[in-house]
Amino acid sequence: MYFSIEILILFILLSDLLLLASSRILLCIRTLALQGILLSLLPFLIEKEDLELHRLLLGLLALILRGIVFPLMIKRTVLKVGVKREVEPFIGFTASLFLGVLAFVGCFILDDKLALPISADHRFLLPVAFFTIFTGLFLIITRKKALTQVIGYLVLENGISTFGISTLAKDPWFLEVGILLDLLVGVFIMGIIVFHINNEFDHIDSHQLSMLGDWKKGSITNYLNAEREDK
Amino acid sequence: MNLLVPLLLAPLFSSAIIMILPNKKLGKILFLTTGAIHLTIVFFFWFEKPFPILKGWLELDSLGLLILSLMSLLFFCASIAATNHLAHTTLLRNRDKTGRKVLSEKKTLAVMLLFLESMTLSTLSQHLGLFWIAIEATTLASAPLISYHRHPRSVEATWKYLLICSVGIALAFIGNIFLSLSITDPGSGSTVSLLIRDLAASGRPRDSLFKTAFIFLFVGYGTKIGLSPLHTWLPDAHSEAPAFMSSLLSGALLNGAFLGILRISTIYTAQGESAFIQRIFMLFGLISLLTALVFMIRQKDYKRLLAYSSIEHMGILALGFGLGGRGVYGALLHLLNHSLIKGALFLTAGNILALYGTKKAPKVRFMLQKLPGSSFLWITGFLAITAFPPFGLFFSEFIIAKTALESGRVLVSIIFFLALTLIFIGSAYLFLPMVLGKDGAREPGKKETPLSLAVPLLLLVLSLLLGIYFPAPLAEVVEKAVLYLGGSI
Repeated sequence: MYFSIEILILFILLSDLLLLASSRILLCIRTLALQGILLSLLPFLIEKEDLELHRLLLGLLALILRGIVFPLMIKRTVLKVGVKREVEPFIGFTASLFLGVLAFVGCFILDDKLALPISADHRFLLPVAFFTIFTGLFLIITRKKALTQVIGYLVLENGISTFGISTLAKDPWFLEVGILLDLLVGVFIMGIIVFHINNEFDHIDSHQLSMLGDWKKGSITNYLNAEREDK
Repeated sequence: MNLLVPLLLAPLFSSAIIMILPNKKLGKILFLTTGAIHLTIVFFFWFEKPFPILKGWLELDSLGLLILSLMSLLFFCASIAATNHLAHTTLLRNRDKTGRKVLSEKKTLAVMLLFLESMTLSTLSQHLGLFWIAIEATTLASAPLISYHRHPRSVEATWKYLLICSVGIALAFIGNIFLSLSITDPGSGSTVSLLIRDLAASGRPRDSLFKTAFIFLFVGYGTKIGLSPLHTWLPDAHSEAPAFMSSLLSGALLNGAFLGILRISTIYTAQGESAFIQRIFMLFGLISLLTALVFMIRQKDYKRLLAYSSIEHMGILALGFGLGGRGVYGALLHLLNHSLIKGALFLTAGNILALYGTKKAPKVRFMLQKLPGSSFLWITGFLAITAFPPFGLFFSEFIIAKTALESGRVLVSIIFFLALTLIFIGSAYLFLPMVLGKDGAREPGKKETPLSLAVPLLLLVLSLLLGIYFPAPLAEVVEKAVLYLGGSI
């Protein structure tokens, strides 16, 4: 059993690296699905001795949502919007991968420094959880398509959930259902907004969403010009 | 029967029924009734506190009661404004006059009720996990209403709001995990639940983790409050949402998120870390004040100005709570007054926007001629929000400034006074020219409906009353809340 946990964690790590390196959104979605399934299996392996019925059902619900429903919802939006690739992110795919590897080392150091009160049995769990959180944030920041940012958000949530598993805190069932429900509605609404962005702007490049804001390029010169026109 | 149950169930059921009901008029009536029922139940709580339910996970304390009452009152006002707005806009297949699609009437009402539900839940939660769920739900329930007009600008604002706040709240979840790892039960040595009072009463926490947790929680919920530099979504979302929604976002939702941080801060005070968190509160408060100042001077967009003003006042709140002692009392008064006034101002801004069709202040002139009632509200609101004496904000800002001076924080008080003065000048520069002046042609603009004036007027009058007369039951609840937060009166 111990061995299988390590294998699962290894695969989560690999899925993070794949997400960092891939430009194809559909591949990213499939990777996300894989990651969701792997992570939903983790609690079954960790607390195998006292698995109550409601825990089992919760785990199944998480598995279905994270592994099947969320990816399918994003895929539907992809098909509607017709954007298949992430083009020219702010940090290229090779560079992303390289930074990812560096960050992974950083995650081990962080884990060492934090010295969290967690059993040493699963010593790879925390660094990989941190690394997944990093991957999610990294995708949100460096990718341009709104859809990839949704994927990034879900990866971030996956990472946090992995981190949460490691604490072995036994939350009541309605708390976990609530979190999953929030995520479900969140992905649903994000999908709708991405669709609206596509309708209104004819693209889903979030960095081009710059109609609002008070610091614009040349805002001061524009302002001075407007001042002259006023007079 | 415990009244908390209908309080939580009413909005949920009504919203489901509104989606099913074929008749729009019935839907509106149900919507208004739900708001009224909510307000009535909350009113009863002032006489008799409800018992906690769900093993104390949902409990209404004095601080929660204050914020819940404000929220319920503002929602009732916003619900009147929303139905008024819907009654005066003619939609053809969910498209307005310019042919732009808007959110359908049914969905607007139903989603607003879900928003009320999530906000109510957030004021009642005594468990940090449950609070997290409630706050995330407020983000999700308000997002469709921000993109009510499916204009590119509002879609952009919604995207920023949704993504920035969701990521922020995700960070708060990491904070929750750190917090639960840092505190162990003195008896068994296992982790304790995330109930606020358990956390406050537990054994000595692991120091560095405990502090790390606060930073994550503060940054996470601070994003939702709009404390600078985490505020970037706020001016966009608050200015692009329709008026009735902006008033709720600024007046009710910001308080809801603030309540979370305040509850969390009681844990830290109980564990003897108040100096640490007070520094963080003050730092973010001052930064927010200064950021708002920079963007409010020569601001051209009047709704954005109001949004930045919310950042300013959240900064003042953070400063007041950070100062501790009587500053907490001042900050609580400030919170009450700010909500009322900002709700009134955003609703009035809605009237202006409806007539002029622009949010650019330089294009709005001669309001006194075209919108006499709204002009009165606009100027009164301006005086109220910049803390002129008879209004409540004057007294709260006075108390906060006095606390800062008395505790010997001269630099803080100088920044505070300077920022408030400059913000007053900046706001006057935008507000006053909108109202004054006369153009030759006396075209009577679109008529103001009595309701669109009465609702903001009510809120402003309430704030005025709070400045002049502080009723005894309110004073008692405020006092309890101040003591709960470790302040003094």
